[in-house]
Amino acid sequence: MLKTFKTGGVHPPENKITEKQAIKVLPVPAIVYIPFSQHLGAPAKVLVAKGDKVKAGQLIAKGEAFISANIHSSVSGKVQKIDEVIETSGYRKPSVIIEVEGDVWDESIDRSDRISKDIILSQKEIIKRINEMGVVGLGGATFPSHVKLMVPEGKKAELLIINGVECEPYLTSDHRLMLEKGEEILVGTQILMIALGVSKAMIGIENNKPDAIAHLTELAKNFNGIQVHGLKVKYPQGAEKQLIKALVNREVPSGKLPIEVGAVVHNAGTSFAVYEAVQKNKPLFERVVTITGKSVKNPGNFLVRIGTPVSDLIAASGGLPEDTGKIIGGGPMMGKALVSPEVPIVKGTSGILIMNREESGRQELKNCIRCGKCITVCPMGLEPWLLEKLVINENFEKAEAEKIVDCMECGSCHYTCPSKRPLLDYIRFGKGKVLQIIRTRNK
Amino acid sequence: MNLLTVSGSPHVFNDTSVSKIMWGVVIAMIPATLVSFWYFGLGGIIITLSAVIFCVLIEYLVQRYLLKEAPSVKDGSAVITGILLAFNVPSNLPVWELLIGCIVAIAIAKMSFGGLGKNPFNPALIGRVFMLISFPVDMTSWPLPVTNRMVLTDAVTGPTTLGILKEGLANGETVSQISSQLPAYQQMFMGDIGGSLGEVSALALIIGGLFMLYKKIITWHIPVSFMLSVFMFSGILYLTDPEHYIDPVFHLLAGGLMLGAIFMATDMVTSPMTYKGMIIFGTGCGILTVLIRVFGAYPEGVSFAILIMNACVPLINRGFKPKRFGEVVKNG
Repeated sequence: MLKTFKTGGVHPPENKITEKQAIKVLPVPAIVYIPFSQHLGAPAKVLVAKGDKVKAGQLIAKGEAFISANIHSSVSGKVQKIDEVIETSGYRKPSVIIEVEGDVWDESIDRSDRISKDIILSQKEIIKRINEMGVVGLGGATFPSHVKLMVPEGKKAELLIINGVECEPYLTSDHRLMLEKGEEILVGTQILMIALGVSKAMIGIENNKPDAIAHLTELAKNFNGIQVHGLKVKYPQGAEKQLIKALVNREVPSGKLPIEVGAVVHNAGTSFAVYEAVQKNKPLFERVVTITGKSVKNPGNFLVRIGTPVSDLIAASGGLPEDTGKIIGGGPMMGKALVSPEVPIVKGTSGILIMNREESGRQELKNCIRCGKCITVCPMGLEPWLLEKLVINENFEKAEAEKIVDCMECGSCHYTCPSKRPLLDYIRFGKGKVLQIIRTRNK
Repeated sequence: MNLLTVSGSPHVFNDTSVSKIMWGVVIAMIPATLVSFWYFGLGGIIITLSAVIFCVLIEYLVQRYLLKEAPSVKDGSAVITGILLAFNVPSNLPVWELLIGCIVAIAIAKMSFGGLGKNPFNPALIGRVFMLISFPVDMTSWPLPVTNRMVLTDAVTGPTTLGILKEGLANGETVSQISSQLPAYQQMFMGDIGGSLGEVSALALIIGGLFMLYKKIITWHIPVSFMLSVFMFSGILYLTDPEHYIDPVFHLLAGGLMLGAIFMATDMVTSPMTYKGMIIFGTGCGILTVLIRVFGAYPEGVSFAILIMNACVPLINRGFKPKRFGEVVKNG
């Protein structure tokens, strides 16, 4: 029996169209838009001004707050201006706009292909380097990675978990990275183990990627303390709490972080970024992005510079299909619908999914028939139908008591609802309200 | 450039829908419907067709002319109510009485609460109980199977198995004296007995139930806890005095138990939403059924038991929450 988490979960059609497409390098674009805030936490403070010349890998905005991350230029060229640019979230965010000239990288970056296995930095130096290089969680949440490596006082990390689950349908960027950069990911894992002071790491990969499981299992024989585990395919197994439950059967208490049960989770892509940061001195300014969709001519996986307009990536996949109805940044379950194909690719963009018009709409809304399926599939053991009702009635106090804040917005409830009720829309709204109430109460 | 749709996640949905679920239930009722046609012939066909047509028509008219909203009869829920009502009446019931039952079921028990999803009680059961109270004689004279296939009026009728038992016990007979008048279990399992249209064949109902389980329309929790609690409660009574209380297998096969446990108690709208709640609900239905059958005035108690438990559903939903993730910390 393969491991998985117990409570709830769904199995949407996997549609991993691009799993056999090797990672290609997307040509450097003519212009990039790099937002200062591509991570959870405070925006970084800009260091360049209009007219400045920059190199790829040069620090252009500094993350000064405790929870923030550095931003580096992904190209060489001239800063055209600093302006507000519509970003993945749909909001205008201050960004550096750089006109590309050539492709000159900062000299300190090791651009050789040689895999560097010897880790010479100490625990403190590793965390400092990861911070400097602007590494954030690449699974989608974009939490600054160095913060996760600083274990709070009184807590002890016992185990590092590398998340190679990629449970979102369609997306294959982590899958390809594990196949093509497996050794680098394992070195990255070792670096993270040193940073956390743990002797054990587990890599969780869903069973729909048998080649990646086999490849990493073989490679892991040469690394001490790293085990690879195949997991039964079930969404949302890539969520931290669900992955920890699946691998070691520990339940992170409500409102707490994984460190509470001695675990720290990093994404496989993050582990690769950590390898590049620590061993190659390379800041996080490019990432693998899947471009996919049923009508896309040449779907694939591309190594893309941060700040590249989505339209460049779409062009590389054969152009925007005629019947496009929706462009999604991320996967179909948790991704965000983009307002325009001109928004830039950011650190958290794991994929671009193009849906045709037929798939893009929502179906007719019916009364709740109280089937209880939303309860059955909720991985957090919540009652989405009840939360919906409480939010409609603006009963936020009760919604808080019913643990609305525990919702991780995986969308399993709305996915499953036979009456096609937009449960998550209401819950998301209510969650925002409740968080606001909690904040004012704590003031 | 085309206009892009921008909406919150998720962006994909599974292919279930209310109407798929409802028509799935209709398909699950086909075996029992065919069995009723086989045993009760023309009467069965007329009752079933009339009930379905009445229910669909009443729902359409109420939505179109009273509520002035878009009719939703295509979702199949009125068809289910129609078939269930037919399942719950004898094959020679006058059609006008059936019509009144359909009006009560659809117009009062369902539409006046706001339609599908908002009704607290199972509409078919409300309709049936209304007819039972209004037309007690017609509702409890049961044409015998097979012999009455082509007969519409003046059918040869007889009491149901539960009726025979209740009357016998009331007359002071012992169970072993009564059992000679009762049909064999094999007959009861196949459906070769007098009774309401849809309740006679346990086999056909179980086939329908398995189909709904396979299609994930229902879960095992309500039918199993319902039947198990009937079996255990009546079993305990049987063990205390086998001459006064009949054995539990009889209780499982007789009357509307299978029909109730598989098709009526499992109605999503009127049953609890968590597994824990479903088991409480099913167990309650079972205990009440045996209480009414053994100690109550009516020979059969399934309808009343389910309706009483329907009333408890909001309370059960409030009291039996799913286990929250990370609520009780047990680390191993």
